[in-house]
Amino acid sequence: MAKISMRDVRKSYGKDQVVHGVNLEIANGEFIVVLGPSGCGKSTLLRMIAGLETITAGQIAIGDTVVNDLEPRERGCAMVFQNYALYPHMTVAENIGYALKVAGTPKAERMARIAAVAASVGLGDFLDRRPGQLSGGQRQRVAMARAIIREPRVFLFDEPLSNLDAKLRVQMRHEIRRIHNRIAATSVFVTHDQQEGMTLADRLVVMNKGVIEQVGTPSEIYDQPASTYVGGFIGSPAMNFLSGQVDRATHSVRLASGDRIDVSPAIAARNHGKLVQIGVRPEAMTMVPAGQGTLNATFEFVEELGAGRLYHMMFEDLTLTVLAGDRQTLAAGAPVGLHIPASAVHLFDADTGKRVEAAPLAVVEQVPA
Amino acid sequence: MRRAYFKFSWIAAVLLAPQLMIIFVFFYWPSAQALYWAFTLEQPWGGGNTWVGFENFANVLSDPYYWGSVRVSVIYAVATTILAMGMALILALFADRQLAGYRAYRIGLIWPYAVAAPAVGLSFQFVFNPGAGIFSYLNTLSPGVWDPSVYPWQAIASIVIAGAWKQVAYSFIFFLAALQAIPRSLSEAAVMDGARPLRRMIDLQLPLLTPTFFFLLVINITDSFTDSFGIVDTLTGGGPFRSTDLMVYKIYTDGFQSLDYSGAAAQSIILMLLVMALTFVQFRYIERRVHYT
Repeated sequence: MAKISMRDVRKSYGKDQVVHGVNLEIANGEFIVVLGPSGCGKSTLLRMIAGLETITAGQIAIGDTVVNDLEPRERGCAMVFQNYALYPHMTVAENIGYALKVAGTPKAERMARIAAVAASVGLGDFLDRRPGQLSGGQRQRVAMARAIIREPRVFLFDEPLSNLDAKLRVQMRHEIRRIHNRIAATSVFVTHDQQEGMTLADRLVVMNKGVIEQVGTPSEIYDQPASTYVGGFIGSPAMNFLSGQVDRATHSVRLASGDRIDVSPAIAARNHGKLVQIGVRPEAMTMVPAGQGTLNATFEFVEELGAGRLYHMMFEDLTLTVLAGDRQTLAAGAPVGLHIPASAVHLFDADTGKRVEAAPLAVVEQVPA
Repeated sequence: MRRAYFKFSWIAAVLLAPQLMIIFVFFYWPSAQALYWAFTLEQPWGGGNTWVGFENFANVLSDPYYWGSVRVSVIYAVATTILAMGMALILALFADRQLAGYRAYRIGLIWPYAVAAPAVGLSFQFVFNPGAGIFSYLNTLSPGVWDPSVYPWQAIASIVIAGAWKQVAYSFIFFLAALQAIPRSLSEAAVMDGARPLRRMIDLQLPLLTPTFFFLLVINITDSFTDSFGIVDTLTGGGPFRSTDLMVYKIYTDGFQSLDYSGAAAQSIILMLLVMALTFVQFRYIERRVHYT
């Protein structure tokens, strides 16, 4: 168990910088999920914590020790790899117990611990099998057991569920969370799957192009995305975006079409004349009879999701989606009104993509004096 | 196991024909001829032969020189294989660790395989020459201590070193390819498990190399029994005192110098059977310990 702190951590391969100055404090026992598209530097970040990649600049500390120059074995981290990386020529028991064998743990103790850990992940009956004789889910469990048995201070997961089918993925997700709660090690989990990120994390770290876009609890990130990137990346179906200009007099954003979308007076007052992107989540909009809503759109088609329906509309040359629980039957091309309440509107600066707040951020995140 | 089935077609037969012709002319035909000669008494200058049954084999097997030749062939095969594969493995392990300059080593280490055996033998003539070679330095320390044309064990050592040097390259390529085929994440998992480089070699890389190891063992043993002629001929000529008279070399001297075609043919058949038997033994008893993953 240990906190992890990263200060201005950078990674370059030759002239290419892939991680641009990451600052992050991870509390002891926290479950952190680093979320981002492939190539955003999230795996590199994880591998730098593990010690499998050198740190080009900056500092990483685990507990109170700066680990920049420590070998992986001296860092107290265990890692679960994307392809599991099980030793193909060893049995399940040998795979799980390899770290103990290397450490010189006496055989009797080793066997007892292997048996206990294997039983805890439901592998008790498979100890003599080889990895090649196991299913994907079982291999995943062996990889987990191999990490658990070392009683690490830090658990690192590198997209460990991406090779599993959808159902097993959910099941293993729950299992990982259970194990985390039981062992209470600090966990860092890297994934590109936002559902995994949202459901597993105590705090989410959203990365893009080697930079941290936002850090926060899943609900903070969903409710108050810090940038258009985060707004668009988190949430499925994805957020709708519209461009416009803030007008103080009418507390609204005027779109190119001339339509107006109401925003809170406080925001409008502070940002008069600013060019913005409006983000609206599909479930925050409602469909109303044509002419009665904020905008008038044309219905295109519907996607059945079971629990609800996703209605696709055309507005000007944009596609907007509305997620609704009720089942309406609409003809393609039918005019539909869209109601967008001011509380549902996220505003982002059109140039920087950063969230536009009613008050400066420093005031929102006021630190008690 | 994937299998593909093809229908017979004339195009395929025509395309295969040149290769089949070559195999027929240079392998099946001479082999059949040797088999026939082994059971007859062939006249040195042609002009008919007489069927003698197993008499040629009986003569060969009761010849103490022949058993000496078998003995030194086995020594040569075992020593060359161990030396060549051991060196190749060590070199491959280091080339795989990407130590400074590994690209240059990698290419340099492959070259010897392209050198013809007689050329290897000739080069090593200069290395082992008691008067002028690198080893002649030993004679400056204690005159007469090194001379492969006098001391049998030195002659054997010479052909073993030359033979191994030539075979290292082949094994090296295969070992290196196999090492590079081991997924990086496996080594990384072992790193996370706390294993240092030497430990990873022993616990991870060597076990995963066993299929390659087995393949190379079969190839190297076979090669050192059948492909050593060039080196012996140029380096020692089978001497001193027949101490390096390997089976292939003896077949040549008996057949083409002593013109005992029948005896040489019988020896060829025995050598062929021996290599087949050895390969069989290796597949039967060693392959069991191989992990194919």
